[in-house]
Amino acid sequence: MSDGEGRPVSPEERQMWTTWVRERAVGALPPEKLLPDRQPAYVSSWIYVFGVATIAALVVVVASGTILGLKGPEWWHVAGIGRFFNGIHLWAVELFFFAMVVHLWGKFFMGAWRGGRGRTWMTGAIAFLVAIGAAFTGYLSQQNFDSQWIAFEGKDGLNSVGIGSFFNVADFGQMYTFHVILLPLAVVALVVWHVLLVRRHGVVPPYPAKPTPPPQQAAPSEGSAR
Amino acid sequence: MVSAALFDLSHPAHYLHWHFFQMSVANVVVILLMIAVFVAAILIPFPKRRRES
Repeated sequence: MSDGEGRPVSPEERQMWTTWVRERAVGALPPEKLLPDRQPAYVSSWIYVFGVATIAALVVVVASGTILGLKGPEWWHVAGIGRFFNGIHLWAVELFFFAMVVHLWGKFFMGAWRGGRGRTWMTGAIAFLVAIGAAFTGYLSQQNFDSQWIAFEGKDGLNSVGIGSFFNVADFGQMYTFHVILLPLAVVALVVWHVLLVRRHGVVPPYPAKPTPPPQQAAPSEGSAR
Repeated sequence: MVSAALFDLSHPAHYLHWHFFQMSVANVVVILLMIAVFVAAILIPFPKRRRES
């Protein structure tokens, strides 16, 4: 075994955690697999576009949300440019969920968990659920009558499923921390993990076509040439 | 300005209600759009890359 530059790794270096991590990482995802320049022919379909569309929307969500967070509620409610960025954030979230749901439907009907891709499916499903929490806390962080209404509807919903004591959805500070730090970090980490798993295991191939019975051969008639 | 919005948002949302099913018209429209895009993504052929000469 050698390091990345072809130099043999000494026994002392083998005990270093950096060596262990590097060898595991490169073994699991060699560069040509991490950043491929070819995909199987069956990927040439519009249904495969919605995963990357979801990621593109997520980038806009995070970028616009960062600007909103830095400027604060008065800016996004009062200033014209603040309302514009508020609108970008909202519509990027709408596109994010729109693309993610179409991606989910596509992968469900492809059976995308086949061929050892169970973790890929699960990280995507959990990212979807965590993203719902991120959107919910976003609505609670608007600082308007809408957020108050949603908070008191949400409070009843959370209490009804027995988890109301863990969250105070009417507490702006608590919901804002969930919305701008904890849940975005969780969503981004899950999406990165999901994409790395897709790179490692590849895109799920289509279901095999149903075998068609061979055509019935006509019985040779009498007098036919032998 | 709200008055400059494409739709007048200064009223309660319209809802569809049929037996147990109740959903805002806006959500129904979004779901129908997602179904339409899903079907279109399957049916519309993906453009093929031209072969390099």
